[in-house]
Amino acid sequence: MENKKKNTIVRLLKTMLGFYPVMLPATIACIVFNAVVSSIPSVFMQNIIAVIEKNWQKGDWGAVGGQILRLVSILAVFYILSLAAGFTFNQLMAIMTQGTLKKMREKMFGKMQRLPVKYFDTNDHGDIMSYYTNDIDTLRQMISQSFPHLLISGVTVLTIFGIMVYYCLWLTLVVVLGVAVMTVLIKKVGGGSAKFFIKQQNALGKVEGFVEEMMYGQKVIKVFCHEEESEADFDRYNDILFEESRKANQYANILGPILNNIGNILYVLVAITGGLLLTLNVQNVSISGIPIGISIVVPFLNMTKQFAGNIGQVSHQVNAVVMGIAGTERIFSLLDQESEQDQGYVTLVNVREKSCKSQAGADDQQSGEGEVLFEESKERTGLWAWKHPHREAGTVTYTKLEGDVRLQKVDFGYEPGKTVLHDISLYAKPGQKVAFVGATGAGKTTITNLLNRFYDIADGKIRYDGININKIRKSDLRRSLGIVLQDTNLFTGSVMENIRYGKLDAADEECIAAAKLAGADDFITRLPEGYDTLLTENGANLSQGQRQLLSIARAAVADPPVMILDEATSSIDTRTEAIVQRGMDALMKGRTVFVIAHRLSTVKNSDVIIVLDHGRIIEKGNHQELLEKKGQYYQLYTGAFELE
Amino acid sequence: MVRQLAKSIREYKRASIATPLLVSGEVLMECTIPFIIARLVNEVKGGCDMGVILGYGGILVCMAMLSLLFGGLAGSTCATASCGLARNLRKDMFYSIQGYSFENIDKFMTSSLVTRMTTDITNVQNAYMMIIRTAIRSPLMLIFAFVMVFVMGGRMAWIFLFVVPVLAFGLSLVIYKTMPLFRKVFKKYDRLNSSIQENIKAMRVVKSFVREDYEQEKFNRAAEDVCTDFTRAERILALNNPLMQFCIYTVMTFVLSFGSYTIITSRGLDLDVGQLSALLTYSFMMLNSLMMLSMVFVMITMAVESGKRIAEVLEEKSSLSNPEAPVYEVKDGSISFEHVSFKYSKEAKRRVLKNIDLDIRSGETIGIIGGTGSSKSSLIQLISRLYDVTEGAVKVGGVEVRDYDLDTLRNQVAVVLQKNILFSGTIRENLRWGNKEATDEELVQACKMACADEFISQFPEGYDTYIEQGGANVSGGQKQRLCIARALLKKPKILILDDSTSAVDTRTDARIRKAMKDYIPETTKIIIAQRTASVEDADRIIVMEGGEINAIGTHKELLASNEIYREIYTSQNKEGNQLGE
Repeated sequence: MENKKKNTIVRLLKTMLGFYPVMLPATIACIVFNAVVSSIPSVFMQNIIAVIEKNWQKGDWGAVGGQILRLVSILAVFYILSLAAGFTFNQLMAIMTQGTLKKMREKMFGKMQRLPVKYFDTNDHGDIMSYYTNDIDTLRQMISQSFPHLLISGVTVLTIFGIMVYYCLWLTLVVVLGVAVMTVLIKKVGGGSAKFFIKQQNALGKVEGFVEEMMYGQKVIKVFCHEEESEADFDRYNDILFEESRKANQYANILGPILNNIGNILYVLVAITGGLLLTLNVQNVSISGIPIGISIVVPFLNMTKQFAGNIGQVSHQVNAVVMGIAGTERIFSLLDQESEQDQGYVTLVNVREKSCKSQAGADDQQSGEGEVLFEESKERTGLWAWKHPHREAGTVTYTKLEGDVRLQKVDFGYEPGKTVLHDISLYAKPGQKVAFVGATGAGKTTITNLLNRFYDIADGKIRYDGININKIRKSDLRRSLGIVLQDTNLFTGSVMENIRYGKLDAADEECIAAAKLAGADDFITRLPEGYDTLLTENGANLSQGQRQLLSIARAAVADPPVMILDEATSSIDTRTEAIVQRGMDALMKGRTVFVIAHRLSTVKNSDVIIVLDHGRIIEKGNHQELLEKKGQYYQLYTGAFELE
Repeated sequence: MVRQLAKSIREYKRASIATPLLVSGEVLMECTIPFIIARLVNEVKGGCDMGVILGYGGILVCMAMLSLLFGGLAGSTCATASCGLARNLRKDMFYSIQGYSFENIDKFMTSSLVTRMTTDITNVQNAYMMIIRTAIRSPLMLIFAFVMVFVMGGRMAWIFLFVVPVLAFGLSLVIYKTMPLFRKVFKKYDRLNSSIQENIKAMRVVKSFVREDYEQEKFNRAAEDVCTDFTRAERILALNNPLMQFCIYTVMTFVLSFGSYTIITSRGLDLDVGQLSALLTYSFMMLNSLMMLSMVFVMITMAVESGKRIAEVLEEKSSLSNPEAPVYEVKDGSISFEHVSFKYSKEAKRRVLKNIDLDIRSGETIGIIGGTGSSKSSLIQLISRLYDVTEGAVKVGGVEVRDYDLDTLRNQVAVVLQKNILFSGTIRENLRWGNKEATDEELVQACKMACADEFISQFPEGYDTYIEQGGANVSGGQKQRLCIARALLKKPKILILDDSTSAVDTRTDARIRKAMKDYIPETTKIIIAQRTASVEDADRIIVMEGGEINAIGTHKELLASNEIYREIYTSQNKEGNQLGE
C-alpha cells in the first residue's frame, strides 16, 4: 500500500519531469533557495541582538550603528534574492501546474479515444467522467499547493533545525520534544480526519448518485405522487453525509488550534527553559560555542514559532495529499488501461482503373484472369479498393471495395463462457438489404457490433469483400461501414456541423443534399436558424425522431458502401418514416444494408430477412418466403392482427 | 440571495453564533501570549529568580490551554454549523424540486440540478466555514495585533500604517484582476467537461466514423484554451506570495534596524529586546491575517456564483399549486376538453395545442395517433395536470382538474410516460411505486396483465431481481412492460399509455391490450401509439396533426374518410391488407 503510494508519486514526478525537463528542476531549486533564505534572518537577528546586548546600556548609536546597519544590509540582499526566487517559482508553478493538467487531460482523452468499446459498455460513464473532474481537481490541489508547501516546509524545518543546533542544543531538545508530540497528534488527528474525509467522499458520491437518479426520474416521481418517499430516502443519504462531513471537518478544524497551541506552549517552554538556563548559568552545548545569552533565546523564540508553523503547514496538506494520491492513482489506472488492439494491415485507398495498355503490361503482377486492375491514386477518385500487402510474396493486391459481407459460423459472447451468438452464417451480396428481426436480446445488435469490430468474434470468420476483417485496419473497416444507432448521439455545435461529422471536408451543399436524402431538410429549415441552429445537450431541443433523422443524414454524407441501421427509425412515426423511406431507399441504393427494426413494415422490402432467437438464426428468407413458411416470422407479422 | 440561503441555517444558528465568539476568545489569547512573553524575556534579562519565571510560565500555559479550548470548540461548532447549513440547503433544494411542476422541471437541466446539489453546495459550505471562522479571526487578529504593536512599539508601529495598506491594496488588485478571469475560465472549464461527457456517451459514433483524431484535436484546442486562461489567472494570483514576502521582509528590515536604534539610543527605555521580538511576532500575525483575509475573499467570490445558482432553485416557485378547497374524489373516468389551448411556457410563441374540444366517456378506450410533433403527448399531459392549460379547461369526472387535490387526481389518472424510468431497487420495490400496500398477489396480477410476469418469473430471483440504475439490466420492451404494471397497480380510473409499448413486440402488445380490456373494462384507457395496429380495436381513434384534432372515429371510419390515417395505415400494412383478404 505504502509502496504503491510512493510509486504513484514517483511516477507523477517522472511524468512532470518529462513534460518540463528544465522548468521542474529550476522550480525546485528556486523553492529550496527561497525556503533556506527565509530561515536565515534568525542568524542575523542573533548577531544584531548580540551587538545590542553588549551596547544598549551605553546608548551610543554612533559606535555600533555602522555594524548593525551592515548586518541589516546583508540581510536585505538576502531578502532581495529570496524575493526574486519566490517570484520566479510562483510564476513557474502557475505555468507548470496548468500545463501539467492540460497535458494530463490530453493524455487521458487520447487514451480514452483508443479504448475499446467494451470499456465504455462495462464502466459507468459518471465514473469515467470523474477522472476529468474530481481526480484532476485533487491532482491540481496536490501539484499546485501540497508539493510546494511540503517542500518549503521541509526545507525550512531542516534549515532552522540546523541553525538551532548551531546555537544551542538544550533549547533544540525542548523544541524536538514538542515536535515529537505534534507529530504524534498529527498522525492521530490527521489520520482520523483523512479517514472521515474518505468516508465523506463516499457519502457524497452516494448522495450524488441518488440525486442524479431522482432528477432523471423526476417526472415519474410526479406522476406517481412519490415525492414524500423520495424525500424520506433523500433525508437518509443526506443525514449520513452530514454526519461524515461534520466529523471530517471537526477533525480538520481542531487540528489547527491544537498544533497552534502546542506551538504556543512550546514557545513558552523555550522562553522558560531559556530563562532557566540563563539564571542558572548552564554551560551551553552548541556548534557555535556562543554562550547562552538573551541574543540566543530571542531568536530561538522566533525560530520555534517558525518551526511549529511549518509543521502545521505539513499537517494541513495531509488530507490534500491523501486525496491527491488516490486521484492520481485513478488517473494512472485509466492511462494504464489496455488500448484497442489493431493488427490490421489491409488498408482502404483511392484507386483508379488502369488503362488497357498498362493492364496488358501488368500481367506479371499477381492477378487473376479477367480481373480489372487498379492503381493507387492520391486524389479522390470516388473509387475505393482494399490494399492488401502480402508479406511472404512481397506483393500488393488491390480488391475493389464493394460491400460484400459474409459471416461464417460465427460464435460470440460478451463474457467468456457466455455465448450469445451461436453459429451465425449469412451472406450479404453488394447492394443487398439484409434485415434482422427478433425479440430484444436475440442478438441483433450484437451482430452489428461484430461487423465493425467493436467486439471480436470468438469463433468463425467474417469476410468483407473476401478479406477476413481481422486483417483490415480497424479505422478503414469502420470508415467503410456507415452506422446509425438507436440511441442517437449528437454533438454540441450547429446542425450543419453535426451532419458534417460524417465527412469532415463536405461542402455545405453536400450536407444539405444528405439532409434532403434523409428527409431531415424539412424540419431543419423550419428550425429558427435553419442549418445554423445550435444543438446542445445531445440535441435536447429536438424530438427523438428529429435526432434520428439527423443521424441518418450524418451517415448519408459519409457515403459508405455498407450501412448498418440499428433501429434507426424507431422513433420516427410511420408516416414520416414512409417519407424517409423514400430517401432511405435512394440512400440504400447500391449499398449493402443491414437493418434492425422492430417494425416489420421497415424490414418488409429487404432482400433477406433473418429471424433471430436467443442468438441463433431460426429463419431466413425474403418477406414472401417467410410468410409462406408460416413460421416465427409469420406469427410475428400476423401477431398484430390477432385481435381482429 | 444571501437571505434566501440564510433561511437554511435554522437549527444551526447557535453553532453559527458560537463560532465567532469562541474564535474571538482564541484570538484574544493568542495575541496576549507574545505580550506576556516579552515581559518574561525582560524579567529574565534583568536576572530574576526561578519563581517569577515559573509564575509567568504557569500563566502562559494556562492561556495556551484556554486558547486551545476556544480554538478547538470553535473548530467543532464551525464544522457543525457549516455542514449543517449544507445539509439543510441540500434538503431544501431537494424538497423544493420535489414540489416542482413539469414546467419547472423542464426549465432546469438535470445535470445542472445535480451539480447545484453537490459542487455548488460544497462551495457554499466551505465559504460559510470561512466566513464564521476565518473572516472573523483575521480582522480581529489584525486589530488586536495592531493595538499591541502600538502599545509596545510606539512610533515603530507607523511602519504598519505603510505596509498594511500596500499589502491590502496589492491583494485587492490581484483579486480584482483575477476574479473576472476565473469566472470566465470556469465557464470554459464547464464546457470542456461537458464536451468530454458528450464524447464518452457518443463513443460508438466516434469510433464508427473513425473520428478519434478529430475528437482529440477538438479536445486539445479546448484544453489549450482553458489552460491559457487558467495560467493567466493563476500567474496573477501567484503574485500574492512574493507580495506577502516583500511586506514581511520590509517590516523585518525596518524593525530590526530602527528597533536596534531605538533600544540603543533610549538605553532600553522606549523599547527592549523582549519587545523587539514580540514586535516581529505581531507583524507576522498581522500580515498573515491579511493574507488569509484575501484568500477568504477569493473563496467567497467564487462561492457567490454557486450561491446564486442554489438560490435560483430555492426561489423557483412551482407553477402548479393545490386549490384552496380541493376535491378529494374522482367520480368516474370521463374526460372533457373545452376549448383547450396550450403553450409550454408563457414566453413561448407557438401554441402546441389549439382549440381542442373533446369528450371521452368513462370506460372508453381511445387511441391517439399522429406524426412526430403533432402534440399527442402534450394533450394527455393536461389530463393529470402535469401542465396547466393556457386557455380553456380540462375536466375529469365532470370536475375541472385545477379543482382537484393534485395527489388525488394523479392517483386516479395514471400516466405511463413515453420516456419512462425504473429506479434502482428490486422489481418488487419498483412496482410498489404504484401502490405501497400492494400485496404480492396484486403485484403478480398486475404483471400478468402487463405481460411482465412471464419474464420476471424466468429471472432466477423473480420479483426480487435487482434493477440497476435506469433499468440498464432489462431490455427496452421489458422495461416498458414493468412500467405499465407499475401504473396498473394504482388501479386508476384513467390509464394513459404514451407510446408505452413501442419496444414491445406486436403480439405481446396485443395481449396487453386484450388483458386490459378484459380485466379493467371500467377504466378509461388512452393509448398513444405509432402503430395503427395498437389502436385499431379502440372505441375511437383521435388523429392529431399540428396540435389540432384532425379527425375522430373508429378504425373503419377513419380508414374510409381520413387521409392521414389511411396513409399511416398503409405505410405499415401495405401487404397486411392483402393478407387480411
